[in-house]
Amino acid sequence: MSLILEGVSKIVGSNTHIHTTDLTLEKGTMNVLLGPTLSGKTSLMRLMAGLDKPTAGRVHWDGRDVTGMRVQDRKVAMVYQQFINYPSMTVYDNIASPLRLMGKSASQIKEEVHKAADLMQLTPLLQRKPLELSGGQQQRCALARALVKNAGLVLLDEPLANLDYKLREELREEIPKLFEASGAVFVYATTEPEEALLLGGNTATLWEGRITQFGPTPSVYRTPVDATTARVFSDPPMNFLNITKANNRLSFGDAQSAEAKGSLAQLADGTYMAGFRPNHLELHAHTADAMEFQTQLSVTEITGSETFVHLDHHGDRWVGLVHGVQMLTAGQALNVYLDPSHVYIFAQDGTLVSPAAYAKAA
Amino acid sequence: MNKTVNHKAWFLVLPVLILVAFSAVIPLMTVVNYSVQDTFGNNQFFWAGLEWFEELLNSDRMWGALGRQLAFSAIILAIQIPLGVFIALNMPKGGFWASFCLVVMSLPLLIPWNVVGTIWQIFGRVDIGLLGHTLDWMGVSYNYTQNPVAAWITVIVMDVWHWTSLVALLAYAGLQSIPQAYYQAAKIDQASRFSVFWYIELPKMSGVLMIAILLRFMDSFMIYTEPFVVTGGGPGSTTTFLSIDLVKMALGQFDLGQAAAYSLMYFLVILLISWVFYTVMTNLDKRDGV
Amino acid sequence: MAKITLENLAHSYLDNPKNDDDWALKEMNHVWNDGEAYALLGSSGCGKSTLLNIISGLVEPSQGRILFDDFDVTQAATTQRNIAQVFQFPVVYDTMTVRNNLAFPLMNRGADIKYINERVRKIAEMIGMKEQLQRKARGLTADAKQKISLGRGMVREDVNAILFDEPLTVIDPHMKWELRTQLKSLHNEFGHTMIYVTHDQTEALTFADKVVVMYDGRVVQMGTPQELFERPAHTFVGYFIGSPGMNVLDADIQGGQANVAGTPVDLGAHYTPQGHKIQIGVRPEFVRLSTDGGIPATVQRVEDVGRHKIVRLDVAGTEVNAIVGEDQSIATDTNAVQFDVAGINIYADDWRVTPTQGAAP
Repeated sequence: MSLILEGVSKIVGSNTHIHTTDLTLEKGTMNVLLGPTLSGKTSLMRLMAGLDKPTAGRVHWDGRDVTGMRVQDRKVAMVYQQFINYPSMTVYDNIASPLRLMGKSASQIKEEVHKAADLMQLTPLLQRKPLELSGGQQQRCALARALVKNAGLVLLDEPLANLDYKLREELREEIPKLFEASGAVFVYATTEPEEALLLGGNTATLWEGRITQFGPTPSVYRTPVDATTARVFSDPPMNFLNITKANNRLSFGDAQSAEAKGSLAQLADGTYMAGFRPNHLELHAHTADAMEFQTQLSVTEITGSETFVHLDHHGDRWVGLVHGVQMLTAGQALNVYLDPSHVYIFAQDGTLVSPAAYAKAA
Repeated sequence: MNKTVNHKAWFLVLPVLILVAFSAVIPLMTVVNYSVQDTFGNNQFFWAGLEWFEELLNSDRMWGALGRQLAFSAIILAIQIPLGVFIALNMPKGGFWASFCLVVMSLPLLIPWNVVGTIWQIFGRVDIGLLGHTLDWMGVSYNYTQNPVAAWITVIVMDVWHWTSLVALLAYAGLQSIPQAYYQAAKIDQASRFSVFWYIELPKMSGVLMIAILLRFMDSFMIYTEPFVVTGGGPGSTTTFLSIDLVKMALGQFDLGQAAAYSLMYFLVILLISWVFYTVMTNLDKRDGV
Repeated sequence: MAKITLENLAHSYLDNPKNDDDWALKEMNHVWNDGEAYALLGSSGCGKSTLLNIISGLVEPSQGRILFDDFDVTQAATTQRNIAQVFQFPVVYDTMTVRNNLAFPLMNRGADIKYINERVRKIAEMIGMKEQLQRKARGLTADAKQKISLGRGMVREDVNAILFDEPLTVIDPHMKWELRTQLKSLHNEFGHTMIYVTHDQTEALTFADKVVVMYDGRVVQMGTPQELFERPAHTFVGYFIGSPGMNVLDADIQGGQANVAGTPVDLGAHYTPQGHKIQIGVRPEFVRLSTDGGIPATVQRVEDVGRHKIVRLDVAGTEVNAIVGEDQSIATDTNAVQFDVAGINIYADDWRVTPTQGAAP
């Protein structure tokens, strides 16, 4: 079983919701659609589900062309951001409803409902009505209903967005387990890079209706093909700096320069956009190759074990995430250090020229 | 958003199409047919072209009725919309008294048109009506069968009594949908009562008020039963509105051709004014400050 | 700006609260300092919104007093409290221009026009909406509207406190960053007393000078982000702050040593805990993987979250999480965990036990 989108696009009026997209999702994989609001995650899911017909292109499921086939005739389960359950039915009946539609026997239904309820920790709540449950329990009920459907394609559209932080953390841990047990194609839309990383599997990054990259989640994170992908897959956002390399020296900003060391020594002469993640900025040089930047501190935020430093580097706004609780004064000058092996080099049009050396090693 | 294409779906719409054809399109075509012909009974028809329309456009009768009709609708809207909003603003926000008010307010809406007319017809009579008699006793000269002003006042008061509740209920629903946070914010900003109304309540109510205005306009522009029962269009023709005039022409004088032309023009006028209302209001709603 | 004092404050939504559970807010005594930023953190239903509503004057407490500086405002209406508030969903006056939205609280108080213009200009600059001052608020994005709400909350210099009720809920993650930082800068610049309600630990920790952790109608700990991280006063704080939260394991304590799953663990300090349930709490950041010695553990799964890895282990049937740096590898023969002495806390019946002697403060 696999889901193949072949040259699929979606245009409504004069708006292109999804640009021509080719995508193959294999059976038994977890696929994350990562992108900001309105980047096309939901539109893409609707095309996958068959809720919308693509303007062009074909959708193949399990080797069959299912373009234009009604969603009812496909085996698709969907869970939304809002907790959607039948309010007048008990949790048991909610979970049982897709099984009843399939015409399963009462004993079979009972068995499968209990199995799903066990997995979702809903067993003590089976006789309650959805509105008597907390948000997390309601969403578990919706997930259990999607699960018993035994659908080949399970679409989860920001299912945890409306939940409390800690609940989100718990369910986020449960969802990959669920998915492993089912063997279906899972598609999970989210706006949060951290969530994509926690879910693992494959990630497709979306930006303005286009999939910018698709591949195993950690590799998309560590070797983004372009600056857009890096920006989408980075929270806090990746920092950027325009650099010019000539005579083995890197110059940046107002007449500042540094010797090109480490992996940057091999870079061909030219003008580039350097990108680096906040957690790779340091307050102390750890290697001899480290580059030094003079910045001005605008704000610090302390998380308890780490400190976010918001920096002004000659007009560029950078964010750094450094270890420990750092007591610094807003407005002060701050020197920060960057190991060249953590620097991504992008061409001026945004395409990746060379990934950070550490990522190649990993 | 266009959904999965399925041609079978059209069959589901078919019964509705047939129903609409029978209930609207075919009768309309009959009227169009009548409006361009003349008949002297016996099912004999003669081609009259646009003669009826021409005649009507040159007659004072139709223009008079149209003028009265416009005046009536304008007065009705000018009274009912502000009054309805005012009532809604002063209704309890919740609890027993809110439900109580809602029930009491709905009562006039449940009474059939001709009954409303009859109620007011009797209520206003000088000999046996409570209102008419009281006014007469107080020395106010009030006789809606002879005095045009009294007749107009009666018809308007009657309509206000009958329909203001509708506006109030719609406005109330609009008010209820305003999140509590807005009021809290206004308190914190030390906004005056008027500011709360002008910057929060009115903008948030604009959607339902638009519907209320449209409904009340169309309804009042087609008013027939109540004034017919109370005044019969009189004294003289002072309360003869368009629909009363039309019925007089069609059934009283049996001028079917002319009446058909009349009703077509009537229909077009309603369509036109409603369209203007709708466009103006939706534009108001969409306008973005630049 | 004012100091806020909560004196024997408690609230129940019932007329005759009988037992502990009937109180939405259990009795509390706190003093919140002038000019500091506080975050009320907890899951839904913990009482944080009730407390906020009491401070804003929307709810009158069943018991106790609330003072702004030395004035009792328990009975005072919202209008009299001289506060500003930013709500979960953007509250803007749609038909007004952005400028008038910002100026509204000042205009209503009859401020001088020159002063108003000056303030509005300054605020608009801070929230980055200088270019849009003349347009109507209607039709702006949720982000922009929420910025206006923040700006309106900030426009008055003389408010006693500014209250925030989960103000970033409707904002996109990328934008959250920007707004949160702006808020922090605004606080640094103007020094208002701020109270920020949220269920999101990152927001609470990064925004506040002091975080007030609430659980089941009670304040379980009030402290700096560092205190909450290093010395959680209650196992709930350990669990709620940090992701993943603190590992909690049953333990036998004998002076300076604990017995965890049959293995002795050096605590670096002496404890004499009393209670039914004695536990040791260690944050994942302080758990070290080991191949030779320590508490026996088996690796269940490793999650690569980018800047670090979360290792989920099983220790005698209890899940224990460890955080390992991005560039560190995990030995395939990992069979035990060790605890960093600096990160160990001891709990008796869920409350932290202060060491009787030794290193840990």
